[in-house]
Amino acid sequence: MSELAIELKGIDKSFGLVHANRNINLKVRKGTIHGIIGENGAGKSTLMSILYGFYQADSGDILINGRKADIRDPNAAISAGIGMVHQHFMLVENFTVLENIMLGAEESQILNAGITKARAELKRLEKEYALEVDPDAVIEELPVGIQQRVEILKALYRKADILILDEPTGVLTPAEADHLFRILEQLKAEGKTVLLITHKLREIMAITDEVSVMRRGEMVATRTTKETSVEELAELMVGRRVLLRVEKGEANPADIKLSVKNLTVRDSRGVTMVDDVSFDIRAGEIVGIAGVAGNGQSELLEAISGIRRAKSGTVLLNGREIDVTGNADPAELRKRGLAHVPEDRHHVGLVLKFEESENAILGYHDDPKYRKGMLLDIDAIRTDAEEKIAAYDIRPPNPRLKTANFSGGNQQKIVLAREMERDPDVLIIGQPTRGVDVGAIEFIHRRIIEMRDQGKAVLLVSVELDEIRALSDRILVMFAGRVVGERTPDATEGELGLLMAGVEGRKEAAE
Amino acid sequence: MSVPHAKLPAWAEYGLIPLVNLAVAFLISGLVVLIVGESPLEAAYHMINGAFGRGEYIGFTLYYTTTFIFTGLAVAVAFHCGLFNIGGEGQAYIGGIGVALACLAFDRTLPWYLVFPIAIAGSTLFGALWALIPGWLQAKRGSHIVITTIMFNFIAASLMNYLLNKVFKPLGSMSLETRTFDTGGQLPKLDWLMSIFGLSVGSAPFNISFLLALVAAFAVWVLIWRTRLGYEMRTMGHSPAAARYAGIKEAKIIVITMMISGGLAGMMALNPIMGEQFRMQLDFVQGAGFVGIAVALMGRSHPAGIIPAALLFGMLYQGGAEISFEMPSISRDMIVIIQGLVILFAGALEHMFRPAITRLVLGLSPKARDVAATKGA
Repeated sequence: MSELAIELKGIDKSFGLVHANRNINLKVRKGTIHGIIGENGAGKSTLMSILYGFYQADSGDILINGRKADIRDPNAAISAGIGMVHQHFMLVENFTVLENIMLGAEESQILNAGITKARAELKRLEKEYALEVDPDAVIEELPVGIQQRVEILKALYRKADILILDEPTGVLTPAEADHLFRILEQLKAEGKTVLLITHKLREIMAITDEVSVMRRGEMVATRTTKETSVEELAELMVGRRVLLRVEKGEANPADIKLSVKNLTVRDSRGVTMVDDVSFDIRAGEIVGIAGVAGNGQSELLEAISGIRRAKSGTVLLNGREIDVTGNADPAELRKRGLAHVPEDRHHVGLVLKFEESENAILGYHDDPKYRKGMLLDIDAIRTDAEEKIAAYDIRPPNPRLKTANFSGGNQQKIVLAREMERDPDVLIIGQPTRGVDVGAIEFIHRRIIEMRDQGKAVLLVSVELDEIRALSDRILVMFAGRVVGERTPDATEGELGLLMAGVEGRKEAAE
Repeated sequence: MSVPHAKLPAWAEYGLIPLVNLAVAFLISGLVVLIVGESPLEAAYHMINGAFGRGEYIGFTLYYTTTFIFTGLAVAVAFHCGLFNIGGEGQAYIGGIGVALACLAFDRTLPWYLVFPIAIAGSTLFGALWALIPGWLQAKRGSHIVITTIMFNFIAASLMNYLLNKVFKPLGSMSLETRTFDTGGQLPKLDWLMSIFGLSVGSAPFNISFLLALVAAFAVWVLIWRTRLGYEMRTMGHSPAAARYAGIKEAKIIVITMMISGGLAGMMALNPIMGEQFRMQLDFVQGAGFVGIAVALMGRSHPAGIIPAALLFGMLYQGGAEISFEMPSISRDMIVIIQGLVILFAGALEHMFRPAITRLVLGLSPKARDVAATKGA
């Protein structure tokens, strides 16, 4: 048994009435990759924030390399040899790699001497860990995968022996994620300890030596990765058996319901985000759009649903044109049979400060059935909300509760209930299970397939490749605003990954 | 991770916390009085007595309250739509034109109960039109409403200076005001209401526009929480992205909201012009538009909160005048300081005592804790 890099004893933390961490005990052996897995809100982030000094535990001890450490703030964590790579990078976008790495560790008011030293040290680190980065490149011009490497280098530059990575693969292509894992293996070989926070079971199985599972603020189990299985971990996370596979029959595509032709969309800065995209979706099929976040999927959804004006192109809904380049009106599109579950439910799909029942009519508040003369018919609205709550098992079943007080999964169900119960012809869904707990994912996936089987045309955008492959009947891959390929769901992950990274796509486009 | 925020029972949320904030504001005001070398207790006595000591004083307090209900509602309506209307002052001022025109035209021919509706329509229309321009600029041109409404206060002031001087002032008069209205332009006092409580309104200008203010408060509640327009306004106010997603016409709602807001501010003009002076004078608004911001903040933009907040500020105005009358070393500016402290503690530092109060309330009452726990789940 090797010695422990980190030992947590009885860590307890409450925010007001929310008990985020309950008597957490954790042992992380030196020189291993240790996974922490759990659903959203299980307390992983809180625990890591305590370890990195953002929060103070209410009680309990932190031992680093066997010695008790008093981690009051991130500086104390850094001097104890802990480095953290956040889910959202903490980089100054218009600084160079070198400047970012030096930031906060300049050593003197005059930078020259420091720069020379930092450059030399960076060279050494790059060699030692095979982390090639151009020190003079400006951050905003680098791909996300490389930006993440800069974050790792930053931690190593500050002499971190223990590296915490919080959901590191969320923004990466499969190839980039593989590269990251190779880097982590290398770090392990050099004797560093890695703590990997994730909710993706596959990653845990692929790279960790040991894994600890959190559920509702408690550490429920620690397993040696080799001796456990995905099924066991999923069950530990959720607290009950989970169906990881979605049961799905054959698709029966019928008429074309949504037809997108040569659609081009620019963002507010004038950058082309969707570039000449064309595709059709038929009744009774799910078309999935795979791609790394930020390759135009969001803009595509917004243009089709009338929220963002397109530069050029046409979109036909049920054979009739939508004025996507002019004044397409989301309210009118709803009436014409287009339902839209937006990617960002917190700011777009819901008004978090509204009561649940008020959100259950968002976008459909024009409907005469919610009106009584000049006024809104509050009773009708609440009854309607109660029916949806029952049908979608939304908890707690209280239409008057503020939406912000529902969990992510239940919030998503509020949106789905609203959009699906309208019996639309075309359903556009963005990131259906982002920030949704495993139990609710199963439910949402089943609903989406039910919609298909009822003969709806479904357009699905997700950055979770597993989800795309599980649900779609056809997969389109987007890269840099273009559809770079179409595949069937049995395409291998490697194949899709290459398309997502833009490697295969360029060849195909050239042919 | 979201920051967990414990939920307080309504009595603590809307009763205890504002009261604690208010108490602290008054405590510090007392210290200021002490520094000036006067007795805070004496000042407090004059404040309370001056505001509520006699029927007449109450009448004055309620007269100011009426004014502040209108301007407070104006700010609150815009606030629900995410618009910060600083222009209540100018909108009320311009609203005066509508009142003056109605009165000047009909005060000799029609009874007050017929002139009143015309004046209401006039004040609302002028106030709404004055708010329409900044609203339109915001909706179509993206000019920030805070900047434009502030500017429009100055433009209104200059415009009224000109109009009172060149248009409204009777020939040969030296003062910048319209002629005094005849009986048709004079609103009846609410002495019958006061006499129910055995009080006499005396010389106080407590008039029927108080009842209009209460009706307006109820109408605003209906508008915000019971109509489709109110629903769309609130959606915009909380999340413009969600409003766009829902197909709500942003520009239209902004313009309409600003017009309603301006109309409510304009109605304020009825109270001093038809209820007190029976003529339109230079600068009759006297900062009520700005007090409306404080009232709306303190009343949390809810009519049920705005009425007591307006009463509080009415009390500060009336009682404050009494303090400066009885205690010469305390000037009227003192009242401005107290108002400032109230705004500071009730508005800006609203959350200062919240954590402590939350702990206390939830610690003491197991029932409240259960409520909080289920809501947090």
